[in-house]
Amino acid sequence: MIEISEVSKSFDGRQAVSELSLTVENGEFAVLIGTSGSGKSTMLKLLNRLLEPDSGSIRLHGKNIAEHAPEQLRRRIGYAIQSVGLFPHWTVEQNIGAVPALLKWPKARIRDRVGELLELLHLPPEEFRHRYPDQLSGGQQQRVGVARALAADPDVLLMDEPFGALDPVTRASLQQELANIHQVSGKTIVLVTHDIDEALALGERIILMDHGRIVQQGAPRDFLLSPENDFVREFVGQSDIGIRLLGLETIADRVRTQPAIPGEPIRSDSTLREALSAFITRKEHSLPVVDEHGLPAGVLHFADLLQPPR
Amino acid sequence: MRRLYRYRWLAISSLLLLGLTFGMPLTAPLFANAFPELARPMYSQDSFATLVLAHLNIVFLSGIVTVLGGVTAGIFVTRPAGRPFRSSLETVLAISQSFPPVAVLAVAVPLIGFGKTPALIALVMYGVLPVAQGAIAGLSSIPPSILEVARGIGMDRWQILRRVELPLAALVILAGVRTSVVINIGTAAIASTVGAKTLGLPIIVGLSGFNTAYVIQGALLVALLAIVADQLFDLLSQRWTPPASVTAPDGRVETR
Repeated sequence: MIEISEVSKSFDGRQAVSELSLTVENGEFAVLIGTSGSGKSTMLKLLNRLLEPDSGSIRLHGKNIAEHAPEQLRRRIGYAIQSVGLFPHWTVEQNIGAVPALLKWPKARIRDRVGELLELLHLPPEEFRHRYPDQLSGGQQQRVGVARALAADPDVLLMDEPFGALDPVTRASLQQELANIHQVSGKTIVLVTHDIDEALALGERIILMDHGRIVQQGAPRDFLLSPENDFVREFVGQSDIGIRLLGLETIADRVRTQPAIPGEPIRSDSTLREALSAFITRKEHSLPVVDEHGLPAGVLHFADLLQPPR
Repeated sequence: MRRLYRYRWLAISSLLLLGLTFGMPLTAPLFANAFPELARPMYSQDSFATLVLAHLNIVFLSGIVTVLGGVTAGIFVTRPAGRPFRSSLETVLAISQSFPPVAVLAVAVPLIGFGKTPALIALVMYGVLPVAQGAIAGLSSIPPSILEVARGIGMDRWQILRRVELPLAALVILAGVRTSVVINIGTAAIASTVGAKTLGLPIIVGLSGFNTAYVIQGALLVALLAIVADQLFDLLSQRWTPPASVTAPDGRVETR
């Protein structure tokens, strides 16, 4: 559990974070979001003491982080930033094994762990282990960055716009993988982004910051349905709120069990947003749905987008 | 075969250097022919092998001090504590390089006497600037995001310097050392004016005695020495270039 209480930080008289209090529960996926200069990155760096607060305190699992030696603290917290953060003179294996090496794990254990993580992130170990970062695509570099953050199995993961430099397709697939990793491992993740869609896709709780303060926080749905003021409304993209709401649910929640109808099927784990798009492009009122194995799972009607079928 | 081709200049210049170091006396007829007015057209007070070794010795000694001093200074002014001293260090180094080495020798000799020491001082003063500049340039060219990650994953300052900063700056530092050493191979010849034994000896003796043959013999060896050293540094910097840039056309990774 991370307890932030009344933390302030300023640079040259400019307040970056002011009297911010926030608690992140164990196993929670919290997303800090805001425009540039909102203090979200500063807040993240205060958590692993890359920056020291001017006032206030931060407790990790009940213990004030100021009582830990900074290096020891950071080795226990995973940290990932945009892809440029890989060490260019180290192989993929050395990069991923960086924290375990600092923790003086035996070599064989590091090698096994690197293999395990490469598998987890869908990079065949024998092919990628000995490559250098500039022999990887942007998406592969970022996977390595995530693997490095996970290497020593930290229970808290801090990520600063980890997918910012990626193309939309790669970003979406990495977001999906991160969500899976979170679900399986139950790690506490604090992720910083300026992309509302990323926040909605990943966050269990979204914390919108502006001028170093929290403007609104809550579950993605609350965020879209009850924005507290114009700033929030504008930030979540007023005109797209409906579409974004559809993005929070999957077809599986709305599908009707009934005999299959002809037509090209849509997978039940797609979001309702994708379903809407399919309705519009195909000019249909109903779509056949299949499950992840390709077996018929029922039918989705256009009206079901508005409210769940009874 | 391809390897030999790649290093052909190193091979040619080293062979010439070795050949002339040990076989210079064999070329005596050539010099006698070119300078018929000279009674003794071949320098023979010392063997050229001795002079080459003495020359290398002085360059090597000054090189060690230069590299240690220059890199240390470069590291110091790129730390938070030393950053305010960066511009003054650069000024001091620029001034020290603007003194002609001959002038330094002239000032040093009355203070510490003749011999190798004043020569070493002059060479270090002259050679430390490129090394320090290389170190400063190399260390400050590392992207801040890499340093932030190094800190973020829990490396301490020493580990960051040793495992991240120095390896990443190595090529630029090496380029500075290369310039410094090559310049000092030439400059070391002047040290013979204050009694240090170097390849400058035949040159100076030749100049004062109007013996052009001596001058050519000394100058040839100094030049070859500088070329060989330059080629060796070239080889070293190729070795140090991250293997990352070696990728086969089909995308497979080649291992050296």
